[in-house]
Amino acid sequence: MSNSLTCDVVVVGAGMVGAATALYAARAGLSAVLVDRGPVAGGTTGSGEGNLLVSDKEPGPELELALLSGRLWADLAAEPGVGESVEYEAKGGLVVASAPAGLAALEELAAAQRSAGVRAESVGPDQLHDLEPYLAHGLAGGVLYPQDAQVMPTLAAARLVRLARTAGASLRTGRTVTDVLRTASGAVRGVRTSHGDIYAPAVVNAAGTWGGELAALAGVSLPVLPRRGFVLVTEPLPRRVRHKVYAADYVADVASDSAALQTSPVVEGTAAGPVLIGASRERVGFDRSFSLPVTRELAAGATRLFPFLAEVRAMRAYLGFRPYMPDHLPAVGPDARVPGLFHACGHEGAGIGLATGTGHLIAQVLAGGTPDLDLAPFRPDRFPDADADADAGGAGGAPASDPASASASEGFCP
Amino acid sequence: MTPRTPLRLVRARPEPPFTVTFDERELAVLPGQTIAAALWSAGVLSWRTTRGSGEPRGVFCGIGVCFDCLLTVNGRPNQRACLVRAEPGDVIRTQEGTGRHE
Amino acid sequence: MSERPRLAVIGAGPAGLVASLAAAARGVAVTLVDAAPQAGGQFYRQPAAGLGARRPSALHHQWRTWERLRDGLAAQVGAGRITHLTEHHVWCVERESASFAVHALLGPEEEESVVVRADAVLLATGGYEKVLPFPGWTLPGVVTAGGAQAMLKSGLVLPGRTAVVAGTGPLLMPVAVGLAAAGAKVAALVESADPKDYVRHARVLAAHPDKLAEGAWYAAELVRRRVKVHVRHTVVAAHGTDRLEAVTVGALDTDGRVREGSEWRVPCDSLAVGHGMLPHTDLAETLGCRLDGVNVAVDDEQRTDVPGVWAAGESTGIGGAALSLAEGRIAGLSIAARLDSRAPEPRSYVSAAKSRAGLREFFAAVDTVCTPTDRWVERVGDDTLVCRCEEVPAAAIREAVDELGASDVRTVKLLTRAGMGWCQGRMCGPAVAGLAGCPPTPARRPFARPVPLGVLAREPGEGL
Repeated sequence: MSNSLTCDVVVVGAGMVGAATALYAARAGLSAVLVDRGPVAGGTTGSGEGNLLVSDKEPGPELELALLSGRLWADLAAEPGVGESVEYEAKGGLVVASAPAGLAALEELAAAQRSAGVRAESVGPDQLHDLEPYLAHGLAGGVLYPQDAQVMPTLAAARLVRLARTAGASLRTGRTVTDVLRTASGAVRGVRTSHGDIYAPAVVNAAGTWGGELAALAGVSLPVLPRRGFVLVTEPLPRRVRHKVYAADYVADVASDSAALQTSPVVEGTAAGPVLIGASRERVGFDRSFSLPVTRELAAGATRLFPFLAEVRAMRAYLGFRPYMPDHLPAVGPDARVPGLFHACGHEGAGIGLATGTGHLIAQVLAGGTPDLDLAPFRPDRFPDADADADAGGAGGAPASDPASASASEGFCP
Repeated sequence: MTPRTPLRLVRARPEPPFTVTFDERELAVLPGQTIAAALWSAGVLSWRTTRGSGEPRGVFCGIGVCFDCLLTVNGRPNQRACLVRAEPGDVIRTQEGTGRHE
Repeated sequence: MSERPRLAVIGAGPAGLVASLAAAARGVAVTLVDAAPQAGGQFYRQPAAGLGARRPSALHHQWRTWERLRDGLAAQVGAGRITHLTEHHVWCVERESASFAVHALLGPEEEESVVVRADAVLLATGGYEKVLPFPGWTLPGVVTAGGAQAMLKSGLVLPGRTAVVAGTGPLLMPVAVGLAAAGAKVAALVESADPKDYVRHARVLAAHPDKLAEGAWYAAELVRRRVKVHVRHTVVAAHGTDRLEAVTVGALDTDGRVREGSEWRVPCDSLAVGHGMLPHTDLAETLGCRLDGVNVAVDDEQRTDVPGVWAAGESTGIGGAALSLAEGRIAGLSIAARLDSRAPEPRSYVSAAKSRAGLREFFAAVDTVCTPTDRWVERVGDDTLVCRCEEVPAAAIREAVDELGASDVRTVKLLTRAGMGWCQGRMCGPAVAGLAGCPPTPARRPFARPVPLGVLAREPGEGL
């Protein structure tokens, strides 16, 4: 068997994060091969809403990554033809609170975010309808986040892959990675796929919700767990929902560690016309069965925020599995346990938004440079070993469903 | 020889017709007919324009599956003409795009 | 009487009707849930009562069978054994701990939903027509063959004066004869299949003299009504600006390509076109029933692999009314026995099972002869719309596959919006798969029809 190198880096997973990683790696002059067992965007990317958000993040490393990513998204969108082809819309997010207590908590979060570089504009109850004419009456107020944006995620992944190929990367879909090849000393030397070996001194794990399985092939544990979400899609409408609009309790749900079902209304229009309605979160493994009660809650939440939606029809619902990490931070960067192995996964519901920053940082490290952000908080080996913690078991493990853990999140206020 | 028609074929003795309006024009409808059947009887084959390129559309599948025959009935948009029975006095309108005001 | 086991039958076509009658006669409390104002399904679709049709049989075949079903239903409804819910549009069937919840929107407004609870469910949801795209197929005046027939049967109307009937499959002849009988001039019947191909299935055909006689009757009617039949021909394009004015017909060579110089124009104001049928499987899919290709998979008793859920008729594979009747009878007998914790007596349905086996074999043969070759893809120009709802042209499908890394129907949909519109890909599904060069996989549609969010948000009231 020849050991000659096929390329500089193999990126496993042709979702949003893999696409961005391949793009920035190729633009950094590296030869990259992007491989996926399915088509482009066949996993969580194809089930997402395409959020590029800073509004739902507390100050800290994830917010820094989101701010970097937002700038990179804007740069990409400004390239000829790109913004339109990925349906990039810098429409801003509007977070609303129904009661004064919730508004106070929201304002507190916004103040902290402002000091971290986020633009956050307080919106009084009288001004809400200038921004969103169809919003329910009687809300306490809200905060507008002009930096929040949206893309159509499948288009974004496919278009970024296209740009990566233009920059010299190659795409190999329909091949399953069956092993991570390693040298006698344990360093990565490529991957084995269902269609032959690909040799490279670096492998990037961009396998999203299935990232734990890929890590296991390289002999390390990475606690990525699926967190199921449903999205409702309405009939096509004229633009009646202008921003991404959500209730303040969404932030608490995102940050929650509970396995039990949580829903909080998230409503946004799309360039194509339909309104998308989220967001539910539950840890039920990779259960693909439809749940009428969950979609009922989503519909109830959305019609409370936008009463006109009551007579608008839901045309379909779909589900996806967010790659959930126990501390809600993705794994980004080299894995100290296996030389040559990099991780770029575990972004939970923020992978579309954080993809550009993630790909950019990985490419910087691959090219031997210093990353723009400190990667220490995203260290892939920051978790205790899988054997020591049942809840952080390898991918595909049984979901933890501990009712007691639900209360742990209740004290959190955005 | 009298021309063949569907009504003659089944020896129909319909109840007296009533009227509805379609884009301000009065149409006679036989009781029980769907809005699509009433429009076909009046020689109208299209009553919707698409939201992309404004193409005219009417009945395609005829059984409620394709949603090509959408129109606005008594102010309610996106009604399937092939399923909804016409009622006396119905105000029926051609539907443009999403059927909702921009 | 509430201790009687409860069965919800979804669909009042031949399969659902005969199953309801068989189960009700054996002590099951049946709720027959159907979207139409009258029972009959598509095959026995009836003229609206107000139209006063005194001879509706003129539009139908096998009228005696219908009379038996109709009268049987009336008797069982009168006896309180069957509840017939008309204009109930089922949008979801939910599995509960020990029963099923059938959610239905009340028509025609569809602004209110009710729930019917049952111990067992029979999915007799029927099918709809498949149409492959060609230039001009979105023009008003172009309708599905089954659609033209449905509008005629229930509304006693025609789409125009001069019709062309085209496509492939056993539905075309009855549609052409029906339109002609009702007064349309049928300028041509254009069938892409070659009847000579049936020779290879001579043994199967010979076992069905009734079917052959039916075919011969329609052929004679076409001759009598001077309908010109063109086999191994296809409609290449439909023409017109705001409505259909003519079609171009061309001859197909043995490869399925249009023979050069063979094309001519046929003036017409309506085109009834169809390329076969597809089953409605959304409710089954959401319940978690296994599908076999595009059909609901069932065992000898018409049971799906989800306990308590049966399926019969077109949803388990396209095969027409007679096969639906056989499957419906078997399902009804099985349900009555199983709800009583017994196995059905095989003797009770031996003739239905024999009929089912023969008809499945017959329609498998028809299917081989009447499946369009892949050459239709070559006739779809880049600017021809494939998805009618979202107005997606063939060029976009081709770009998704050739340029953007799509290798399956779902990714093509996400990249192009083909299949994301009102019909949720029911119309364009086969065409998208054909253009993308991948197998047609049934889409997941948790909502079998659109549901107002306000209705979805509310807990439903009991329908019964």
